[in-house]
Amino acid sequence: MANWIDACAAEDIDEEDVIRFDYDGRTFAIYRSPDNVYFCTDGLCTHEQIHLADGLVMDHTIECPKHNGQFDYRTGKAMRAPVCVNLGTYATKVEGDRVLIEI
Amino acid sequence: MTKRDYSLLGPDAALAVENGLAAADWYHTDIPRQQMKALMKREDQPAIRDTLILFSAMFVFAAIGVALWPSWWSAPFWLAYGVLYGSAMDSRWHECGHGTPFRTAKYNDWVYQIASFCMVRNPVTWRWSHARHHTDTVIVGRDPEIVAMRPPALFRIFLNFFGILDAFHGWQRMIVNASGKLETEEVTYIPQSEHYKVIRVARIWVVIYAGVIAIAVVLQSILPLMIIGLPRLYGAWHHVMTGILQHAGLADNVIDHRLNSRTVYMNPVSRFIYWNMNYHVEHHMFPMVPYHRLAELHELIKQDAPAANPSILQAYKEVWPILLRQLRYHDEFLTRDLPPTARPYRTDLHEGALGDTGARTTTPQAVPAE
Repeated sequence: MANWIDACAAEDIDEEDVIRFDYDGRTFAIYRSPDNVYFCTDGLCTHEQIHLADGLVMDHTIECPKHNGQFDYRTGKAMRAPVCVNLGTYATKVEGDRVLIEI
Repeated sequence: MTKRDYSLLGPDAALAVENGLAAADWYHTDIPRQQMKALMKREDQPAIRDTLILFSAMFVFAAIGVALWPSWWSAPFWLAYGVLYGSAMDSRWHECGHGTPFRTAKYNDWVYQIASFCMVRNPVTWRWSHARHHTDTVIVGRDPEIVAMRPPALFRIFLNFFGILDAFHGWQRMIVNASGKLETEEVTYIPQSEHYKVIRVARIWVVIYAGVIAIAVVLQSILPLMIIGLPRLYGAWHHVMTGILQHAGLADNVIDHRLNSRTVYMNPVSRFIYWNMNYHVEHHMFPMVPYHRLAELHELIKQDAPAANPSILQAYKEVWPILLRQLRYHDEFLTRDLPPTARPYRTDLHEGALGDTGARTTTPQAVPAE
């Protein structure tokens, strides 16, 4: 059964940016794309467990701040070494001015 | 005195993991997110400009060298070409490996492949090696890119000013990889899924070198090798000269880049060749920032870091005495004073790792005389 969690206000995230969201002992990264769509992935890089929220969002990629590995945050796909393992992704929706993620 | 084992497979590697030094959470100066985003922002223009200048200069110097060959009047042009091939390509390899100079990913990849070939560094192997260097910077047994070990192998470093060990090791690894094998240590940091890429690149390089050597044999001249291969030797000095200053004489087994990395102000020519890696504390603390924004980053964090060395010469005056002392006292290292505005050095895991053996020297002037 879908478990929608209220994560943040829509305006908490700048366009083409990311924030960290911790919930129930887990950490997530929530993105706002240049075309104003929200996405959510696991918050830690699959290479060395670095918080992706400190990284750089460019178009639809997130770059890890430690080793510059890249993921497509829409699909979680690992795009550039040293990342090889894809990120988990989670559905999002906006209700009013709130961003919800499905865990 | 602690005897260090730099092997990635040795007891110090296990000790680093046990002490929490492997893949640790490193100190970072606090920078507001908006400022950091601005500094990390990618653009193509500066790197396209610099790359065009670099390749154009290489073409011109090599063309004049060929035109004047075999006269000694060609020598200065070969030396200039060599520095761009054997040293500027080191920084291009480094920066494009991070993927930061260009916004367009394929531009980073193209320059990375060319620079890797010039430096005889397998682009797949070294991407993983350098990732480890950033994860575990100067952590003994974890960092595969430590140049000045303890005791420092000064003769080895001297030989590398002419590429004599590094380049030949690179060619040796190329042959091993081309035969379908990886070295034992390479296996520790390159995922299995990437091994075929290491081997594929090595085989392509063997074909290129075989072609160049064949042309040299046909022409009965080393001229083709003056253009491809040998400049890795006769042009290596600049990247070794600048590279030593990155970490030599400073702490090992720490998790604060201000303790183990050095920022040195350099002349504009060296900064072009080195692509601003003289801002090395800044680069390690924030590897996402492109080379052309590092000077700005330096201004932003310098109140939280030891003072930059004012010149290459001054930096060597600082490094040389401590390297000589490390020949006998392996635990000696240099701790630079922080400005009053800085947050204290992060020494938690550092103390745990070194225990009571951590001898240190505070400021270059304080290095005790023999």
